[in-house]
Amino acid sequence: MVKFSVEALDIWFGKTQALKHVTMSVREKEILSVIGPSNSGKTSFLRMLNRFNEENPEFRMSGVVSMDGRDVRKIDRETLRRKIGMVFALPLPLPLSIFDNVAYGPRMHGERDNRRVAQIVERSLKQAFIWDEVKDRLHESAFKLSGGQQQRLCIGRTLAVGPEVILFDEPCSGLDPISTAKVEETMMILKKDYTIILVTNNVKQAARVGDRTAFFLSGELVELDATDKMFTAPSDKRTDDYIRGKFG
Amino acid sequence: MLRKFKEFVIEKLILLCGIASVIFVALIFVFLLKEGLSVFKFVRIGEFLAGRSWYPISEPAQLGILPLILGSLWVTFGAAVISVPIGLGCAVYIAEIAPGRTKEVLKGGIELLAAIPSVVLGFIGMVTLVPLVKNVFHLSTGLTGLSGSIILAFMAMPTIVSIAEDALYAVPKSYKEGAFALGATHWQTIWRVLLPAASSGIVAAVMLGIGRVIGETMAVMMITGNSAVIPRGLLEPLRTLTATIAAEMGEAVVGSEHYFALFAIGIILFIISFAINVTADLFLHKHK
Amino acid sequence: MSKHPLRTQKIAFFLLLVATLLIVVPVGLIVVVIIQKGWPAVNWQFLSEMPRQGMRAGGIFPAIVGTLYLVTGAILFALPIGLLAAVYLSEYAKDNILTRSIKLAIVNLAGVPSVVYGLFGLALFVVFFKFGASILSGSLTLGIMILPLIITASREALEAVPYSFREVSLSLGASKWQTIRHIVLPNAIPGIITGTILGLGRAAGETAPILFTVAAFYLPRLPQSVFDQAMALPYHLYVISTQVPNVDEKVRYGTALVLLSMVLFMNLVAIIIRYRFRKKKKW
Repeated sequence: MVKFSVEALDIWFGKTQALKHVTMSVREKEILSVIGPSNSGKTSFLRMLNRFNEENPEFRMSGVVSMDGRDVRKIDRETLRRKIGMVFALPLPLPLSIFDNVAYGPRMHGERDNRRVAQIVERSLKQAFIWDEVKDRLHESAFKLSGGQQQRLCIGRTLAVGPEVILFDEPCSGLDPISTAKVEETMMILKKDYTIILVTNNVKQAARVGDRTAFFLSGELVELDATDKMFTAPSDKRTDDYIRGKFG
Repeated sequence: MLRKFKEFVIEKLILLCGIASVIFVALIFVFLLKEGLSVFKFVRIGEFLAGRSWYPISEPAQLGILPLILGSLWVTFGAAVISVPIGLGCAVYIAEIAPGRTKEVLKGGIELLAAIPSVVLGFIGMVTLVPLVKNVFHLSTGLTGLSGSIILAFMAMPTIVSIAEDALYAVPKSYKEGAFALGATHWQTIWRVLLPAASSGIVAAVMLGIGRVIGETMAVMMITGNSAVIPRGLLEPLRTLTATIAAEMGEAVVGSEHYFALFAIGIILFIISFAINVTADLFLHKHK
Repeated sequence: MSKHPLRTQKIAFFLLLVATLLIVVPVGLIVVVIIQKGWPAVNWQFLSEMPRQGMRAGGIFPAIVGTLYLVTGAILFALPIGLLAAVYLSEYAKDNILTRSIKLAIVNLAGVPSVVYGLFGLALFVVFFKFGASILSGSLTLGIMILPLIITASREALEAVPYSFREVSLSLGASKWQTIRHIVLPNAIPGIITGTILGLGRAAGETAPILFTVAAFYLPRLPQSVFDQAMALPYHLYVISTQVPNVDEKVRYGTALVLLSMVLFMNLVAIIIRYRFRKKKKW
């Protein structure tokens, strides 16, 4: 099943073209790793899916991005973003308590019943494997958690909205190896229920968790293939060079 | 759907408030023009600006504002001569020389000065400065342009100090380090590197300080003696454009030529402040 | 100056110190003198009674009340408009001609001489809208005068909220307004309060804008409605300093002290709020 399909996508920020004629698709309930050096367009690609690029006034595009066969631009932003959660590069708790961070999304979508909110919070934090660490301090500030805990809290916060897809934008770039392992483990388990797209600078991380991997370079999609194939027998020399660490 | 509608209304309201400032500036200008231009039914524009007598309630009224323009210019000139060197000196001292703790205290002092209401400064000027000026210069009255200039200098200084200090602070550290590396003394660095680098901000500081002086009303009305004759210097009573409006509008009959003339003075003040603020803003944003 | 660079430096720094003292010492003296000479006049009667004997005796109660009314009215008008204008500039404005004109207008509003605000208030509120010389006219005039101050302070406070918070909120499916309402505004409150209090202080101390729009020379009773004239502290100080002969100096100093304390107290509160929240800042 195709979750997203991208056709002939060109985008610009001002005069700079960030993506060049990208055509690809993302399958339902896979983990797609997206790799490439910085400024390769991988984050711009990710932000096409939840219409985040449109927050930038310089943004222009041509081509089509569709989710479940519908052009995302025809879906209202709030509805789209309920379906597509996003986890950012740095842990970004809101300046609220742990509980309120997770409850924020459901409340914004009109959930007024405090008991139901509490249920959602508990369920989401359990799914993000952080419930046991925070259940006794739910009303403390989220800034008191460690970096790794904060990032798992952010995953829980994303899950609380009830998404179908989760976008991870270099989610481990600020984390130590142990926290990284925990986040990766979480992603592997979430894969059963969610479509996951992981943008990462870390080629090894892409290899560890991705079912398929896409390689971007200077705004072009160079190659998209099963992770095993990509890392053993890439069909493009540039992919091979990047994976072996010759540049980037 | 109700939420969508509510947000639509709120966002339109935000836009409306956003442009409120433009509306208010336009309203101020329109209403000044509406009331002020009528004076030219009674007096030609040349006579108004260059006329040497201001007797607005005699019959027929004489509406020449040259004495008032000159009064404003004299007082502003005096205030600038006092406040610019002192204000800039203080800004350099705070930005470059004062150690951490002293710096905070001095900045607090400057903020304090900025907060003192103009009428309080006018009052203090009346009871302390005016007798002093009278005795020092052996005058028949201390209510003079000089007293006004001194008090106005104190009103301009907070503006000059804070904007000039910001400008000095905004000069990249590397400029200073470069000069030190070449063996320049601290003062040489300030004089030859920092001040030139901060020059456009300093120009803006001086302009805004002067703008403050031209527009100041209460203090100047209380201590300059308010005599609407052409002043020959700062040691005699004079009267500014602002003080004229403040002192006479209370008595002017709405719709009389006197009333219109005071509004016409308002137009002049509005245009001067507009020009000063726009130019200063250009200087302030030159770098950015 | 290159011959004796260090001696030149010594002289220059000495002159800079002198310049600084020339500002700071008089300021200190002004405050000290007002406190010293005003303090004996200030007591409960002075604060709570009507003026008597043509303002040469009695208290300044109606002037205090009038100023409180005017300041409250000005804030009620300027805060909502100023805050929403700041929201527009920090959250919605694109880099276009409209935005540039708004910024230019704010710079100009901040620079218009206070007496010109007085003229404007007279022409628009007193005469054109026929509000007469009243608390309503005076408050609106003062409100427009402090609008740029409130916009600038609020805008700085809003822009200091990290952009990432907005992105997080949007990514969770909140709308733009929800993001502003629940994330941006709550985190900007200290800065907004600081700006508002500074605006209050400014409005309390200004005289020229209220001269022809509200201020009553002598009104030994409290205003009954927003369409009444009122006395006001700064105007009262002007009146007893220049318009009424033979007022005891103690009464003048006392009035100056009350006005100064009011204004400085508001500034002090604003500074304390700013300082405490800067320390507490979580991000």
